[in-house]
Amino acid sequence: MDTTEVLEGSEAVALAVQACCPQVISAYPISPQTHIVEALARMVANGDLNSQYVRVESEFSAASVVSGASAAGSRAYTASSSQGLLLMTEVLYASAGMRLPFVMTGVNRAISAPITIQVDHQDTISLRDAGLIQLYVESSQEAYDMHIAAFKIAEDPRIMLPVLVCMDGWILTHSYERVSCLSQEQVDRFLPPFQPENFLDVNDPKSWGSYAEEDVLMEFKYAVQKAMQYSKGRITEISSELATITGRDHGGLIEAYRTTDAEVILLAMGSVVGTIKETIDKLRSQGERVGLIKIRCYRPFPFEDILKNIKEAKVIAVLDANVSVGSEGAVGMDLKAKLCGRPGVPLVIDFIAGLGGREVNEDRIVEIVEKAQELGKSGLPLDESYWVGLNPEIVP
Amino acid sequence: MRISMGAVVPGGTSLEYKTGSWRDQQPVLNMELCKKCGMCESVCPDSAVHEKSEIYRIDYDYCKGCGLCAYECPANAIQMIPEEK
Amino acid sequence: MNAKKKGMEEDLFVSGHRACHGCGMALTVRHILKATGKDVIVVTPTGCLETFTSPYGYSPWRVPWIHHVFENGPSIASGVVAALKAQGRDHVRVLVIGGDGSTFDIGFGALSGMLERGDDVLYICVDNGAYMNTGGQRSGASPMYSSTTTDPAGMQSLGKLEKKKDLPAIIAAHGVSYVATASPAYLKDLEKKVTRAMGYHGPRYIQIDTPCPTVWGFPSDQTMEVGRLGVESGLLPLFEMEDEKITAVRKIKERLPVEKYLGAQKRFRHLFSSDEGRRAMEKIQAHADENIEKFGLLKRANNEKQNGPSQ
Repeated sequence: MDTTEVLEGSEAVALAVQACCPQVISAYPISPQTHIVEALARMVANGDLNSQYVRVESEFSAASVVSGASAAGSRAYTASSSQGLLLMTEVLYASAGMRLPFVMTGVNRAISAPITIQVDHQDTISLRDAGLIQLYVESSQEAYDMHIAAFKIAEDPRIMLPVLVCMDGWILTHSYERVSCLSQEQVDRFLPPFQPENFLDVNDPKSWGSYAEEDVLMEFKYAVQKAMQYSKGRITEISSELATITGRDHGGLIEAYRTTDAEVILLAMGSVVGTIKETIDKLRSQGERVGLIKIRCYRPFPFEDILKNIKEAKVIAVLDANVSVGSEGAVGMDLKAKLCGRPGVPLVIDFIAGLGGREVNEDRIVEIVEKAQELGKSGLPLDESYWVGLNPEIVP
Repeated sequence: MRISMGAVVPGGTSLEYKTGSWRDQQPVLNMELCKKCGMCESVCPDSAVHEKSEIYRIDYDYCKGCGLCAYECPANAIQMIPEEK
Repeated sequence: MNAKKKGMEEDLFVSGHRACHGCGMALTVRHILKATGKDVIVVTPTGCLETFTSPYGYSPWRVPWIHHVFENGPSIASGVVAALKAQGRDHVRVLVIGGDGSTFDIGFGALSGMLERGDDVLYICVDNGAYMNTGGQRSGASPMYSSTTTDPAGMQSLGKLEKKKDLPAIIAAHGVSYVATASPAYLKDLEKKVTRAMGYHGPRYIQIDTPCPTVWGFPSDQTMEVGRLGVESGLLPLFEMEDEKITAVRKIKERLPVEKYLGAQKRFRHLFSSDEGRRAMEKIQAHADENIEKFGLLKRANNEKQNGPSQ
């Protein structure tokens, strides 16, 4: 039966991965991912996990090892952060195009320069075009649950794409939480063995990695897009199926929190969601009509589910812990693109909050809500994103 | 042309593309001079020489006319002649 | 019809690929797979071999084959090996067949990592001394004084001034069980080396000089002849190494001056038209002489010729 313990977030992820029995694990160390891959290495060294653990000389190779393993028909796992995720980029685009389903953890960390190990979402966001499914978790418990779901999502025969489970570095990976883990029997019943139709097989030789001319390339890209669209339904179903087993329902592609009559709705993802929920409870008790949409699945972008929950609102305040320099935050841009031209949609304001570990606490969230309310009165959009919490003494 | 999952392609399908159309010149094999050493079959980069019961045949569907077989034949049994279009 | 069908059934690398006329690489790959047999998975990084064997819908590979990206041939192979181990598919072996651009340059780090890990992969570099797929740009494997499109011979240049990276030595220094060089000019020797390599486990490396008529600039029927000239001049020593020691060499039958090899190719033609060019050829001859000495490439009876035409 399942057990509940106080666990470090990284340990929780390692336990989830262990329960899914990947045949191949490969990783290159980078803070703050290290505790996850170290925990897995200990499991292998103690005979508690029967995986081939390939210690590589770079993240490029880590992503490549799991890609090769996946093509050869093995379930595979890797993890990285920040600079390491960027280094993997080329490999990830190729693996998505080749429909190689492995699972990886993106332990969120800001990107150099300046170099930092503090958290923001720029790293995983910068991979958003690659064709990976991206899930963002709020807590270590959700991280545990979603890693297990991730393998089932990735390996669905009509999806067959890598899945990136994103969790905030340090805040989740290095803090301690009560986490309930499933039994091996429960996981085995939920997650069947990986049996792809195509794999590198000497009895049925096939070739991977074709060269495609202009007469077919667009159709291949369209096929990946279609798989992503299809995955929306499956991710919701699989989340629900897992919720039945665990008794914990984190939601589907999104979680709508107190949005029913909200005038201002915040849109966010990652661990900041926990703080936002508490702040909303406080504001609600003061009579403010605020709510939150937590994005659990960022790619594919769940705009249908978001749209269903924002009908009554005047303003959507998007919290972006990332910025596309020269334009706005990614999530804000994704939402605005979907709402543009639809009648009767709320105003969307993009807030850049939490870059490089800048704390997004209750005060800052209140500031965001108040700014959103103020702008809601005029109904006019801002020309630029609103950067939250810049230090006036040093801001250029 | 159908789109396969991940652009995966069954092996050996290149046989559907006849590279013989690339030729400017073609090899002609004189079996009377042939010493049946198998050199031509061995040196063809396009696997376009086949042997059965010690008879060697050029597969003109795929032969690109590179001339390696003619050059390497120790018996001078292969001549390159211009390709008739 | 029957003969064709039978031959094609046995062939693991079939007709219809898009290699240039007389491609040394295509010839080489046919014989590599003759030696390995069908129970292999081949990884090919981006390059000529990948491009001419993978237009969508047309694959000549009758073994499972994967091309991923340019720099990760070795690490894709490591992943395949790990998967095979986990699945208990013991009889299936893994090969990387990749060009010099990937092996010497952009994939070098991944190669070193794979060697250091001791992964059971036979890495075969089909080396034509440049980034041929993209038109012949200079690589770390381009021979000294060759003209390439990014380091061309000109009024103020003799082409590449740097020596070819000595990759077999670098790889041997990783403590690899088997390192060899081979040439499609000597097909039986090539197959023998592949067969011997397949008898070992752990990482193994074979570097095969694959002449390229299109860019080296010689008629397409001379592929093996040019390869022969390179070997018989001493510039391309054919040897085997085990545990960092040279254990076998292919002796030169009749030693040729490097001029014969260089003169047969457009990419060296510029050396024949100036004094600097001729001095450069003397340097190349000296390298050939060094190789002959170092690898003992001449038979005992030819001892008096050992010091070469430069004396």
